[in-house]
Amino acid sequence: MDIFDTFFNAGVMAQAWPMLLRGLWITLQLGVVSILLGLVLGLILALLRLYAPVWIAWPVRVYIDIFRSIPLLVLLIVIYYALPFVGLRLSAFASATAALSMVSGAYSAEIFRAGIQAIPRGQFEASAALGLGPVQTMRDVILPQAVRIVIPPLTNNSINVVKDTALASVVAMPDLLKQATQAQALAANPTPLIGAAIIYVAFLWPLVALVNRMESRLGDGQGR
Amino acid sequence: MTAFIEIRALHKRYGAFTALKGIDLVVARGEVVCIIGPSGSGKSTLIRCINLLEDFEPGSQITVDGTIVGRGPGLAKVRAEVGMVFQSFNLFPHLSVAENVMLAPRRVRGKSRDAARRQALELLERVGIADQADKHPSRLSGGQQQRVAIARALAMEPQVMLFDEPTSALDPEMVGEVLDVMRGLAGSGVTMVVVTHEMGFARQVADRVIFMDEGEIVEAGTPETLFDRPTEPRTQNFLRSVLNH
Repeated sequence: MDIFDTFFNAGVMAQAWPMLLRGLWITLQLGVVSILLGLVLGLILALLRLYAPVWIAWPVRVYIDIFRSIPLLVLLIVIYYALPFVGLRLSAFASATAALSMVSGAYSAEIFRAGIQAIPRGQFEASAALGLGPVQTMRDVILPQAVRIVIPPLTNNSINVVKDTALASVVAMPDLLKQATQAQALAANPTPLIGAAIIYVAFLWPLVALVNRMESRLGDGQGR
Repeated sequence: MTAFIEIRALHKRYGAFTALKGIDLVVARGEVVCIIGPSGSGKSTLIRCINLLEDFEPGSQITVDGTIVGRGPGLAKVRAEVGMVFQSFNLFPHLSVAENVMLAPRRVRGKSRDAARRQALELLERVGIADQADKHPSRLSGGQQQRVAIARALAMEPQVMLFDEPTSALDPEMVGEVLDVMRGLAGSGVTMVVVTHEMGFARQVADRVIFMDEGEIVEAGTPETLFDRPTEPRTQNFLRSVLNH
């Protein structure tokens, strides 16, 4: 057995391919749903942390700090295996989505906060002087400018979420990595893992390249 | 002349530093008041209190057209009636020039897009830059940007315009074009409170000039009295230092 038979075995790959595609579909579902929920949660948390009264802002801050420090794997195990003891039983998909978006929401919140705080004070003052309310100021003036700043770091965060979906195999989600390891076991050959790696890279590389392009464009100044 | 802005016993502190030490000032409808004074004298703080961009100490009172200025549901209404032009323009960089002018009339006054656009083009015509309407502010010179800012404030059809050192951030060759627009406004009867270092403008346009120093109004009067026959030593010193070079 040489390295090609072991890691790049065409026959094994052909057999495993349908399993990998089923896994990819699950991974994409997990990834997209968690990214979207994380973005919504992150924006809400960022606004609460910045503008809510202190008795709301302070717990939000604690949430953000805890969920940025807790290992995703631990959170996933708690949600899937521990919550049923207090009567909350979530499906594997719901558990994985919940864990991913709770953590992604905490990271996104800090990204949104940094983006909003990067907008000069004068923009808030000009809006206030014109009689715009806080909601109008956010929607029409601050967020459109902040979004341009936060898109690169948010895309980075989304890439991390997609990679972290691999942890969902712990709660028996048949995601891309889980399918690959099962195919590996069936064939007694690690080629399917290499296949999975190639699929992850094929999906995430374009995103990484996109972030690089956006960052260099924003670095040029106005970026318009 | 009826009182339009009434400021009574206005105090403002930043920690241990007292920026305003009891300002009393009444501005009549249609009056043009210029506020001069050295840096740190509190003149910008004073006009920023009028639309509550700065909070002030309890016991102070400001009314605009009879409405008490304070946190609460009435604040947006006061701010909509009080236009403001800033030293650093503060245009919205993600919107075109016309959209900058249209935003508040649409959102606050509920104007239709077409009506707001028509009004914006008229105002841009008035400040002399209608041909730049669809550019982004970053494409414009400083003087042009400040004129857009004036048009943006006028679009709310405010009862009074506040100018916070509107020419201080401009290259010297652009100061004139902004002052010309402001002169036109003053001539058309708009109530104006102008914080400025442009003594020539103050002398020529103001109905009343106010000299501030260390958080107090030291002296106030017509341009002729204040510039030609100042009675307070602090006023005399200040005018000597700014006019003698």
